[in-house]
Amino acid sequence: MAENKRIDQPTGTETVGHEWDGIEELNTPLPRWWLWAFYATIVWGLAYTIFYPAWPMISSATAGTLNWTSRGQLDQELAAEREKRAPIVRAIAATPIEQLPNNAMLMQAAVEGGRAAFRVNCVQCHGSGAAGSKGYPNLNDDDWLWGGDIATIHGSINEGIRHPGHDGTRLSMMPAFGKDGLLQPADVQALTAYVQTISGQQNPTALARQGAGLFATNCAACHGADGKGNQAMGAPNLTDAIWLYGGDEESIATTINNSRSGVMPRWGDKLDGVTVKMLTAYVYSLGGGQKEKVQTASR
Amino acid sequence: MNDLSTAPKSLYERRKAVYPKAVDGHYRRLKWAIMVVTLAIYYVTPWLRWDRGTHAPDQAVLVDLAHRRFYFGPLEIWPHEFYYVAGLLIMAGVGLFLVTSAVGRAWCGYACPQTVWTDLFQHIERFIDGDRNAQARLANAPWGPAKVARRLAKWSVFLLVSLATGGAWIFYFADAPTLLRDFISGDAAFVAYATVGVLTATTFIFGGFMREQVCIYMCPWPRIQSAMMDEKTLIVTYKDWRGEPRGRGKRVATLADVGSPERLGDCVDCDQCVAVCPTGIDIREGPQIGCITCALCIDACDSVMAKIGKPRGLIDYATLDDCKAEAAGAAPKPLLKTVLRPRTLVYFSLWSAIGLGMLATLGGRERLSISALHQRNPAYVQLSDGHVRNNFTLKLRNMSLQPRTFEIEMGGLPGGAMWTGQGTRETAARTVRTVVPADALAKLPIFVVAPGEGQASEDFSFTVRARNGERQEADVTQAKFERPAR
Repeated sequence: MAENKRIDQPTGTETVGHEWDGIEELNTPLPRWWLWAFYATIVWGLAYTIFYPAWPMISSATAGTLNWTSRGQLDQELAAEREKRAPIVRAIAATPIEQLPNNAMLMQAAVEGGRAAFRVNCVQCHGSGAAGSKGYPNLNDDDWLWGGDIATIHGSINEGIRHPGHDGTRLSMMPAFGKDGLLQPADVQALTAYVQTISGQQNPTALARQGAGLFATNCAACHGADGKGNQAMGAPNLTDAIWLYGGDEESIATTINNSRSGVMPRWGDKLDGVTVKMLTAYVYSLGGGQKEKVQTASR
Repeated sequence: MNDLSTAPKSLYERRKAVYPKAVDGHYRRLKWAIMVVTLAIYYVTPWLRWDRGTHAPDQAVLVDLAHRRFYFGPLEIWPHEFYYVAGLLIMAGVGLFLVTSAVGRAWCGYACPQTVWTDLFQHIERFIDGDRNAQARLANAPWGPAKVARRLAKWSVFLLVSLATGGAWIFYFADAPTLLRDFISGDAAFVAYATVGVLTATTFIFGGFMREQVCIYMCPWPRIQSAMMDEKTLIVTYKDWRGEPRGRGKRVATLADVGSPERLGDCVDCDQCVAVCPTGIDIREGPQIGCITCALCIDACDSVMAKIGKPRGLIDYATLDDCKAEAAGAAPKPLLKTVLRPRTLVYFSLWSAIGLGMLATLGGRERLSISALHQRNPAYVQLSDGHVRNNFTLKLRNMSLQPRTFEIEMGGLPGGAMWTGQGTRETAARTVRTVVPADALAKLPIFVVAPGEGQASEDFSFTVRARNGERQEADVTQAKFERPAR
């Protein structure tokens, strides 16, 4: 084909000698600087493989003379980030948890930090939106087993709930009324009807009235005479619309028969103090945080 | 069959040195004026001030990438208003169609930075090395003290100009006086030095050495532009029907001189058009990609025509259609008629419509906005008293340059109320107020509570109101209140 080369008129340029359906290509010479630029990229590429990890070996790759790794770079970036955050972390550490909401800037930083820590440590039980599930409290609502002011939330996270083998942990134990034979099945049925009545789920019946007496004897010590619970001992309010283990007849009967005792680890053992404070700030910010106790304390 | 010489042709070509000769004339003076204006715009713009009060920078033109704001005199563009910048780019595109279809590669010839800086560097070259012939002599001379001294002097000046060019660029992106001080004292960000370094190097290389190679081999513009030109586009043309056959010297040539039965044409083959060409082409070979239509050959040819007493315009701006008509004996067409034709008028109307449309909307922009982000995880929260709470994040934009109190009111959702992260359910109301800092986006977490009985998904709205000077501004956003399905 190359023998078909000819000089094209009127450009005066040689053709490459190929022809497709009458279309020919001019063999316009490349500028020489273009060639040098091409050589320069080759030199650059080779130099790059000397300075940076590049050539595959049998079990690893050449490390490069700069000893650069993406992991090392990440470490540097994380260290720089930690250093940038250090003043805020120190300020959070120095601020008593009750005072944290008064400092909007610190509080916001703590909430954002807590959001990240929550994703790592808490979502396994409480869910990614902190909405909980059966047996794991929803942290968004206004119903608190142990109290929803910021200091109490901090205490719950720090000390844990029924954390085995630790004195400081929050501890309460509801008897397994049915299993341990404290109440007869008929009594449990009556109590269930009464609890459903005080929470407004059904109208008073004879059975429920019978349960009222049983409630006063067996339950009021912790849940209160009116069934509104007692946060000091983690006894839930039985009159509201929120049920940790379900509010239908079967669930309530199961609870009375077998008792319930959820466990949360003592996070003060696993996380540093600032992270626990940040988690507290985050949970407090979810919408259910209560101010009452703080105000009482400051009076 | 081939008619090639036996010597194999090289695949690569050395750059043919170009030493454009100095020339004076209409178009040269126009080029001077455009060079002064464009360079002045480039260097002076970042130093112009514009008072915006205490909450915004006072630089008239500032592309604040760090804070994602673009200031242009009285206008401030937020990232979400980037369609104005897109509009400017569309205008630039249509403007390119307009200019190209009317006057061909005028951008290349007069206003392109590559052309302006190449022109500037060539003036420096003439100042130090002398004009065309002296430059060629010096280039071919062996290296000696004199040549080294001249080269060092020239390259130093090139480098200074390049540094000033690259240096001016960064002032568009930060407060110019502060940045200049920091830059000199070594306190500026690394990216500032890197940018100046890269732009200095490219200016030095492209303006000092590559020059027409950039236009011919690197730039896509000539290819795009040649696709937009037609036979009605003004280009720089050699009127060959008038010039040919060309002949040197005598005005009245004998037929034997040129071996032609005809009279000689007007072209005296003085090669002045080639001598002044900054891209080193011969315009008499016809329209070609190397021609940036700088029109310096017109100036050169006109001065020669004046000397030999012929009418000007042997090389001139003309369209291919006009050339054909003139060759056939028609009178030259007036310039206005060439420029004003349906195609250019359509482009011009389109260009003006976009521009006017943008100006009209720019003036009436509301400087606040609200959007409501429903928190989906969880979609709703059951409260102990049977009510249901939904969490929202309100995004409030205060695009004015003063801090303002925004009043947010709920619409719809009977029995509903809301409170912010600062309040509690006891303080819940139909209206909340919050102060949004000047020129800022505030994220306001908001809790909306409503009776538990009702539709599973109920429409309601947030309306935000604030005063902007004399004007009452408002924006509204729709939202949905979610409840447990019953």
